[in-house]
Amino acid sequence: MAMAALRREGRRLLLPMASQATIGAARSGLVAEEMVPFGARSISTQVVRNRMKSVKNIQKITKAMKMVAASKLRAIQSKAENSRGLWQPFTALLGDAAGVDVKKSVIVTISSDKGLCGGINSTSVKVSKGLHKVTSGPDKEVKYVILGEKAKVQLVRDSRKDIEISITELQKNPLNFTQVAVLADDILKNVEYDALRIVFNKFHSVVSFIPTVTTVLSPETVERESEGGMLGNLDSYEIEGGETKAEVLQNLTEFQFACVLFNASLENACSEQGARMSAMDSSSRNAGEMLDRLTLTYNRTRQASITTELIEIISGASALEG
Amino acid sequence: MIRQSSSCLRLLKRGGSLLSANRSRFISSAAADVPATATENSTFIEAWKKVVPNIDPPKTPLSFMTPRPPVPSSIPSKLTVNFVLPYLSELSAKEVDMVIIPATTGQMGVLPGHVATIAELKPGVLSVHEGNDVKKYFISSGFAFIHANSFADIVAVEAVPIDHIDSSLVQKGLADFQQKLNTASTELEKAEAQIGIDVHSALNAALTG
Repeated sequence: MAMAALRREGRRLLLPMASQATIGAARSGLVAEEMVPFGARSISTQVVRNRMKSVKNIQKITKAMKMVAASKLRAIQSKAENSRGLWQPFTALLGDAAGVDVKKSVIVTISSDKGLCGGINSTSVKVSKGLHKVTSGPDKEVKYVILGEKAKVQLVRDSRKDIEISITELQKNPLNFTQVAVLADDILKNVEYDALRIVFNKFHSVVSFIPTVTTVLSPETVERESEGGMLGNLDSYEIEGGETKAEVLQNLTEFQFACVLFNASLENACSEQGARMSAMDSSSRNAGEMLDRLTLTYNRTRQASITTELIEIISGASALEG
Repeated sequence: MIRQSSSCLRLLKRGGSLLSANRSRFISSAAADVPATATENSTFIEAWKKVVPNIDPPKTPLSFMTPRPPVPSSIPSKLTVNFVLPYLSELSAKEVDMVIIPATTGQMGVLPGHVATIAELKPGVLSVHEGNDVKKYFISSGFAFIHANSFADIVAVEAVPIDHIDSSLVQKGLADFQQKLNTASTELEKAEAQIGIDVHSALNAALTG
């Protein structure tokens, strides 16, 4: 009798211990929220199963996003590579005077509108802020022109008064030169500048994007520098067309800005798609690993519940016999 | 010489190190055509490292471009032409005998050894002569840079080979724009119609001439 009572006690003790053990196992499977109700016989694998279902869905979504980014990258990469010849004549003629000393400097930051593309937008914003520090000084002013939603969000936080224009939804229609030329015209009309510095991510390969800055000078600055500064040999060029040299220089710098902006936006769009591809790829891989871990926890939980049932049955049977 | 020495002085004044000053003297004496901006970039990189030491300095287009050869001592036999459009590099580093470009001051022939020129282009025919064959393109407008080392860069917004142009469409377009000019009221409409007429008459001339 006493033995039976002891065994009954043992059973009652076993149950809370079993539930505590499952709680422990469940906690190791990161499902600490749901406590198994006290006195229940079967351990619920529902929570782990729900989590597995959602992780599997996330994996499917990120895989699909990677495929979409890969196809968009293919489409835009050929365009970007074809446009690479566009800025070379200007750099061959005028060079790239990144360290030019000017009073009014405008930083044009190109970024994406959509997120989930890795760290390229943060890199662009960091480089823009660095440029701001390098080019600012006593009686020098530096302003921002922002293309793309992501850079706007980051720069509004601490440099709101320095932002002149911000443009979003650049890629609603596929990028073409006419659209960028109109945009460049808009920017040039509304902003006073001595030098424009365009910050973008140059597409080097699917996994590497190089932050680059291109400098476009205003016609007055070109004149000043050609007289004794960095563009010393520009004076040796004869000017054909237009009435005055100033007129031709103005057309030249405006055309240069449009061409360089076109190439820069294409390269940045390529970098965005490439970065999104690699971000989604690592995200699907992480989801896969998480799924593996959850599956192990699920199996452990399931096996623990089976074992508990067996123990109960067997101890009940042995109690009846002996 | 005076210009180059003043640029050296400016570099020294900027507080550049002795090393960068030496480099500038070397570069400005070696190549008259290659702009002496390699040193300007090094001053930029130094300025960047002082102010923002944690982030790598961004690259500039100079690091992505193959440098152009210096001015040769004798006139080369061929002209190297780069003809680029926003969506395509039509000709890149092609060696030809002559190109005729439609500058705003008229058709201009460019031979190897041409003096360095910056030419603004108007809508017209660009012809590339190599040996006996001539390729003609109608370009919308753009710029042409002719460098002293017999390199010619032509940048145009739009270009089509002449045989792709349909003459009936050209006539129709010309008539349309003439009509628009007659009915135009604002300055903007007049200017647009005038541009249309200019381009279409140039197209016409290209097809017939």
